[in-house]
Amino acid sequence: MDRTGYDRVLKAIGKKQLFAQGDEAYAYGALLAGCRFFAGYPITPATEAAEVMSQLLPRIGGAYVQMEDEIASMGAIIGASLAGVKSMTVTSGPGFSLMQENIGYAFMTETPCVVVNVQRSGPSTGQPTEPSQGDIMQAKWGSHGDYEVIALSPNSVQESLDLTIECFNLAEKYRNPVLLMTDGEVGHMREGITLPDHGKYEIIERARPSKEPGDYIPFLPESGKVPQLADFGSGYHTYYTGLTHKPSGLPSTDDAEIHTQLITRLCEKISDDTEKLTRVEELYMDDAESVIVSYGITSRAAAYAVKMLRAEGKKVGYLRLITIWPFPDQVLRRIGESARRILVPEMNLGQIYYKVKEAVGYNAEVIKLPKIGGIMHSPQEIAAALKE
Amino acid sequence: MADQKDKADKRRHRLFKYLRKEVLPTAFCPGCGCGIVLNCYAHAVDELQMDPNDLISVTGIGCSSWIPSPYFMGDTLHTTHGRPIPFATGAKVTRPDKTLVVIAGDGDLIGIGGNHLIHAARRNIDIKVFMVNNLIYGMTGGQLAPTTPAGVPTSTSPYGNVEHPFEIAELVAAAGASYVARWTTFHVFPLMESMQKALTRKGFAFIEIRSQCPISYGRRIGKRTGTEALQEYKETAVRAQEAAEMTPEELAGKIVVGRLAERDKSEFTANLRQLNDEIRKKDAGRRPEDWSIS
Ligand SMILES: Cc1ncc(C[n+]2csc(CCOP(=O)(O)OP(=O)(O)O)c2C)c(N)n1
Repeated sequence: MDRTGYDRVLKAIGKKQLFAQGDEAYAYGALLAGCRFFAGYPITPATEAAEVMSQLLPRIGGAYVQMEDEIASMGAIIGASLAGVKSMTVTSGPGFSLMQENIGYAFMTETPCVVVNVQRSGPSTGQPTEPSQGDIMQAKWGSHGDYEVIALSPNSVQESLDLTIECFNLAEKYRNPVLLMTDGEVGHMREGITLPDHGKYEIIERARPSKEPGDYIPFLPESGKVPQLADFGSGYHTYYTGLTHKPSGLPSTDDAEIHTQLITRLCEKISDDTEKLTRVEELYMDDAESVIVSYGITSRAAAYAVKMLRAEGKKVGYLRLITIWPFPDQVLRRIGESARRILVPEMNLGQIYYKVKEAVGYNAEVIKLPKIGGIMHSPQEIAAALKE
Repeated sequence: MADQKDKADKRRHRLFKYLRKEVLPTAFCPGCGCGIVLNCYAHAVDELQMDPNDLISVTGIGCSSWIPSPYFMGDTLHTTHGRPIPFATGAKVTRPDKTLVVIAGDGDLIGIGGNHLIHAARRNIDIKVFMVNNLIYGMTGGQLAPTTPAGVPTSTSPYGNVEHPFEIAELVAAAGASYVARWTTFHVFPLMESMQKALTRKGFAFIEIRSQCPISYGRRIGKRTGTEALQEYKETAVRAQEAAEMTPEELAGKIVVGRLAERDKSEFTANLRQLNDEIRKKDAGRRPEDWSIS
């Protein structure tokens, strides 16, 4: 984003130092990343993001549209993105469930877009105002068929802002839906944040065709695995479909080889880059015999627990997953080789626990510490679980 | 080679340029009405001398959705079942300068996607919806649709339909669309004109096109060919002005055709733009600390 664009966003937000909610931070991050289209439907605990967008987007020449439901919101952000603008929606569990079919469509058509899921306690309507981490597996498997998403998880309000910018960059770079898997606790808590200076983060734009219409093949990458994207109306006459398609974009629904090639490329463009996409935070890992693996809000209690245990002289390490999908297997494998025990506290009945266990194999004991009902783990109960 | 190709292209029909040659012939069944609708659409675009770069066709899932995607040349978005209008909404808000056309079936637009249809009409967003109403779910092989007349047997109402069908054009008119019409595949010239009207008039425009599906619908009611359906449309069509004078009993079994609504109403993307302009004008005169949100 150029300086003028950045200044305009900054002016609309008002100040650089704010005492803000996570929900507001997703909106600020999106605007700073260049998002100019938001479609959404009110849902606790995510609504504030839509409110901020409805307030700020008109001020900077963007558009906020309140759709009739989340299926429509997801469709609208895909339509907007293909028409050339960065787009986002923010929702929570019930809305995220409704979006699944169109998330698969975004994957299939390689449409850059960002979906924020401020997770609340489910299933169904569940506990609308209570946080949870129950949609972590849904994020990966919620739509039908084989597909890949990128999902990041923040544990603070500042990081909510920073990672939203990152989500947009990854969406543009990989031409893929990118999910910010946050939760009602992060969404609703207030913390001091600082908006990044202009230029602090590189802002990535999708690659647009380097060839003329006629020579441009919409789903044939010029290099690597990500093709260039022609905006609607730019004269390229692209045909987008959720059907299996040839590099030309035209449907081919009964050829096993074309389907295999397409889906393999789409999945590999993400999975091949797993290491590049991996972001973790590590503390006290050098000599750790036990490791607490956490993500999102749970990591705040986990970090405290590790410090408590270290004060008692216990060799405990802290690993926080910032990238949830693609799952950073190699990091967990490495930890499994050095640590004896791995504890996984989660605000669900055990989801990422199974991924950790799979990566670690029989090298270390993996223990789950589930908690549901909308109550966060306390540092004491995490510490106690390791003492058992 | 190129010369020969040019010559071959010249011998083709003048509307051939609107079709994606790689995907022809179409997959439509013999006697299907979709070809007629495609023909009318291409004619309307041609008559208006629209720049194909200004046209974005958006469709759902179903046979009717295939009319523009993939057969029509141009930017085309073949979306999920029932959802073309939301996708088109995002594209239209982003590119208000483009003409957004949605073509899909009755199952798509009023069955699974009915909510989007009435909300788009309410917003009066400048999208043109051409709904092909064949009274059935064609692509999946002839199941009950929300448009299937009472009593008609379908593959999922083998003993006859016990539901009441929607009058869709009337519903969309009531929801606030700025232009609503109904025609049939028999009325090709009025349909073409109506499409031109829809394409040029600002606001949400909706044309219900009664169309035949001889394979999945016609054969269940004893009309196995397309021509039998066209004959029926010819005989049962009543112009909207005449229909206004008729009793419900007289209208039974008739198809009311013509313009059903036309009204001036502010358009959604224009409203959005106006809002943006007003806010930015106000902001320009204010100190940032007075209008920041926090
Ligand atoms: C979510 C979803 N449900 C069901 C289907 C299966 N399906 C494909 S086309 C169709 C019906 C199409 O009927 P209509 O929209 O009237 O179009 P037609 O084929 O009659 O032109 C259905 C139910 C689907 N593709 N997606």
